[in-house]
Amino acid sequence: MSFFDFDERVIPLNEWVQDGVDWLVEYHRDFFQMIKYPVEQSLNGVSWVLTHTHPLIFTVIMMLLAWRYSGRKTAVFTFLTMLLIGLLGFWEEAMITVAMIICAVVFCAIVGIPLGILAGRSDRFEAIIRPFLDAMQTTPAFVYLVPVVMLFSIGTVSGVLATIVFALPPIIRLTSLGIRQVHPELVEAAVAFGATPFQVLRRVQIPLAMPSIMAGLNQTIMMSLSMVVIAALIGAGGLGMPVFMGLNTLDIGLATIGGLSIVLIAMVFDRITQGMGKNRR
Amino acid sequence: MDKKEKISVQGLFKIFGDKPETALKKLKKGSSKEEVLAETGMTVGVQDANFTIYEGEIFVVMGLSGSGKSTLVRMLNRLIEPTSGSIFLDGKDIAVMGKDELKAVRRKKISMVFQSFALMPHLSVIENAAFGLEMTGLKKIEREALALAALEQVGLDQWAFSMPDELSGGMKQRVGLARALAVNPDVLLMDEAFSALDPLIRAEMQDELLKLQKKLRRTIVFISHDLDEAMRIGDRIAIMEGGRVVQVGTPEDILQNPADDYVKAFFRGVDPTVILTAKDIAVKNQVTIKIRPGNGPRTALQRLIKHERDFIYVIDENETYKGVLSRDELIEMADNGEKEIHENHLKASAFAFSSDSMQDVLPLLIDNPFPIPVTDSDGTYVGTISKNIFLKTLHKGGQA
Repeated sequence: MSFFDFDERVIPLNEWVQDGVDWLVEYHRDFFQMIKYPVEQSLNGVSWVLTHTHPLIFTVIMMLLAWRYSGRKTAVFTFLTMLLIGLLGFWEEAMITVAMIICAVVFCAIVGIPLGILAGRSDRFEAIIRPFLDAMQTTPAFVYLVPVVMLFSIGTVSGVLATIVFALPPIIRLTSLGIRQVHPELVEAAVAFGATPFQVLRRVQIPLAMPSIMAGLNQTIMMSLSMVVIAALIGAGGLGMPVFMGLNTLDIGLATIGGLSIVLIAMVFDRITQGMGKNRR
Repeated sequence: MDKKEKISVQGLFKIFGDKPETALKKLKKGSSKEEVLAETGMTVGVQDANFTIYEGEIFVVMGLSGSGKSTLVRMLNRLIEPTSGSIFLDGKDIAVMGKDELKAVRRKKISMVFQSFALMPHLSVIENAAFGLEMTGLKKIEREALALAALEQVGLDQWAFSMPDELSGGMKQRVGLARALAVNPDVLLMDEAFSALDPLIRAEMQDELLKLQKKLRRTIVFISHDLDEAMRIGDRIAIMEGGRVVQVGTPEDILQNPADDYVKAFFRGVDPTVILTAKDIAVKNQVTIKIRPGNGPRTALQRLIKHERDFIYVIDENETYKGVLSRDELIEMADNGEKEIHENHLKASAFAFSSDSMQDVLPLLIDNPFPIPVTDSDGTYVGTISKNIFLKTLHKGGQA
């Protein structure tokens, strides 16, 4: 028999993965529930606050943010977006989506910025995490939805966790890039004046990497929003839901207005966070 | 000037590569830099540097790019780790210092000015000037007061709250200088500090540095690839070639006695009349006479005839220069029956101070028939410069 006779599956990787996930679910579910806990708590908190805030107050806050960081045009655009979403009857769904995005992005920032800084300062660490980042960005979400459900059960929290996996890489990459782009002479100058590694980081590298870090945050937000519909597949609520339901029942109108709402929210968030990145000095 | 040793560099090596010890052994056994590179693939940055820098002097390290001068200066504050050797600062070896001690030296004793200015673009001018002080943990009010004083020294206090990108190149480097001065360091390392500036601004900054140095008297280690700059500001110069320090000396020393052809080549085309001072070329080969009883015009004439000279230089007991007399004048005095040479007989004549450059002496030589007498700043007679000597020096300079 020739070795290159590829008719049979010689390496049963699929079975190993199956066994591995089964084993994790059987014996380590507690550990995964522990990971889930902080996400669940903050998500519930943020959702509660957003769904109980009067739509007018939320709209005004968003408009002020838009006006402060991006200008009057964006403020007007924000107002129109919020008005339209309300009139389309998706206010509550939109608030749940915004809560999911906020949670996912905050966790991405908490985990991603320190990892990005480490990667920016150590070639070795960058080399180690790189394949993981590639995998997180390119693995089709459908592939890991099943294990996510098995480990974390269905619902909005699992949707956020899947979103975190997908949206984490850009902030790590761009933080690392930002740190690496700081001119070596500036770091040398700081060291020459007796700066400790931490002082170099705090006074030189992080402030100068800030535009890049903000760009990473912006990308993370955009990618989180693109996960909204996929997260709906595993029972996450929000604006993904009408799209998903529209697909299932061939209700093109419902899917379209759900999609439109997601796109509009994405544009609002994008303009505001891009403005934040530019305004810093 | 008392010469107190500030920095003493002994047997300093830097080898870039993964196994510097093997390369170091080869070097110490007498292999050349090129052989080491060919056999081990490692680059020799600095090779057995030995020199002493005295307190309060401007010590210029000069060499072409790739000669190892930047590496050398970065080893003084260990931005680059030496492979072997010692750097004594006030008797303490920087090369073996622990982290905390080194940090303290960098914060308080040695500060640095960079070719690319290396100002923090996100900090205002005053925050930049206060950067070194901030590292020491000084409170904001105190450090900004000191930073402002430093900015005042370089004439930029008006710009304290501007951002670096609003400043011109020369102004940026003034901020760099203020940042280095603000920590009140003993030693200032200036790495090609003025090389990025255009020539006019550069000359202005050199003058400014010399002016500041007159007041502050720091020990300055100045890296330069520009001979004119080195000559202009350096009290002493170290010349580097291929990682080795080939000669250390005052500009005049090096100009007059270059150690090898490499050093000579550096000075080709240099105008010696700018660098050499009257003192450097003055010689005591003229006849002098002291004012004292018994030294009359006849004695003077006898001496002149004996030594075949035409002019006699009159000094007093303290060797202070008083004037010059020609043969004719002496004959006239003798004919008039004068018994002694007296100060009253001496007309004010041209003379040069020892610190005057050859260029200053030249017009005096042209206008006067006698070799130009040279005196110290307190009037002590140093010697004379004849047309002959002047021309010989020019000739030697052109040959070098």
